[in-house]
Amino acid sequence: MKARVHVMLKNGVLDPQGEAVRHALGALGFEGVNGVRQGKVIELDLADGATEADVTAMCEKLLANTVIESYSVETL
Amino acid sequence: MYAAVVVFPGSNCDRDLAVAFEAAGAKVSMVWHKDSALPDGVDIIGIPGGFSFGDYLRCGAIAANSPICRSVADHAKKGGYVLGVCNGFQVLTETGLLPGVLLRNAKLKYICQTVGLKVETSASEYTKGYNAGDVINIPIAHHDGNYFADDDTIARLQGEDRVAFTYTDNPNGARADIAGILSENRRVLGMMPHPERAADVGHGGTDGQALFRALSRALITA
Repeated sequence: MKARVHVMLKNGVLDPQGEAVRHALGALGFEGVNGVRQGKVIELDLADGATEADVTAMCEKLLANTVIESYSVETL
Repeated sequence: MYAAVVVFPGSNCDRDLAVAFEAAGAKVSMVWHKDSALPDGVDIIGIPGGFSFGDYLRCGAIAANSPICRSVADHAKKGGYVLGVCNGFQVLTETGLLPGVLLRNAKLKYICQTVGLKVETSASEYTKGYNAGDVINIPIAHHDGNYFADDDTIARLQGEDRVAFTYTDNPNGARADIAGILSENRRVLGMMPHPERAADVGHGGTDGQALFRALSRALITA
């Protein structure tokens, strides 16, 4: 099984990197970008028999810090 | 006082921390991240600054899951002392021994300068060499020192007198100007500023000495 994990800062947590990207887009002349949030995508190549629950456990233990980040799991 | 300083790949303040402990009279052992056990009789563990595992994934996240960190957590749960400085503070939040997390600095810049720190409490073995309200000068050197926790956690830290140090002029966006916090039993301290870099006249400042000396007085081993 392959899985793709999306990790994003939770709403309400300031994302200074996203803000910097938004400013840079404005400087390049792209108008109307109201907000940018930057996250991570982690792709996992898993042995047969792995389950989505395993991936969720990986997210809780390591891949995301749930104090500030939310995650979603996509199986491929 | 017997101190163990943990060394991860990418630690770079391990020796400075060991020297500061030694100058205060401690015996010091260096402990490698792959070691699963601490030396017998360790009173305090120092988690040093640096860039453990290249700050991959999140600062401190890989280090927090290394074999030695299980022993660090056991030591803390038994009431042992743990001091985490800079990357060490990040590791302690990732292990869950301290609440909150250190985010990227609000202005996205790596900051290396001496800052004013207000001692918020003298009620810990780390801070009792100071008076609450003292302002001391200690260097910072970090890219991810922006302390974040939810409102309830911040209120609890303040209500339980667990904020050890605040910045007099917040350099990184940390909530409530927090520079360092204590665990519930006040024996685990995490702080972004580097007291070990202000512990010798050759450093250009000695305001960090009192922290190591107070620890040494408190943790006299038989």
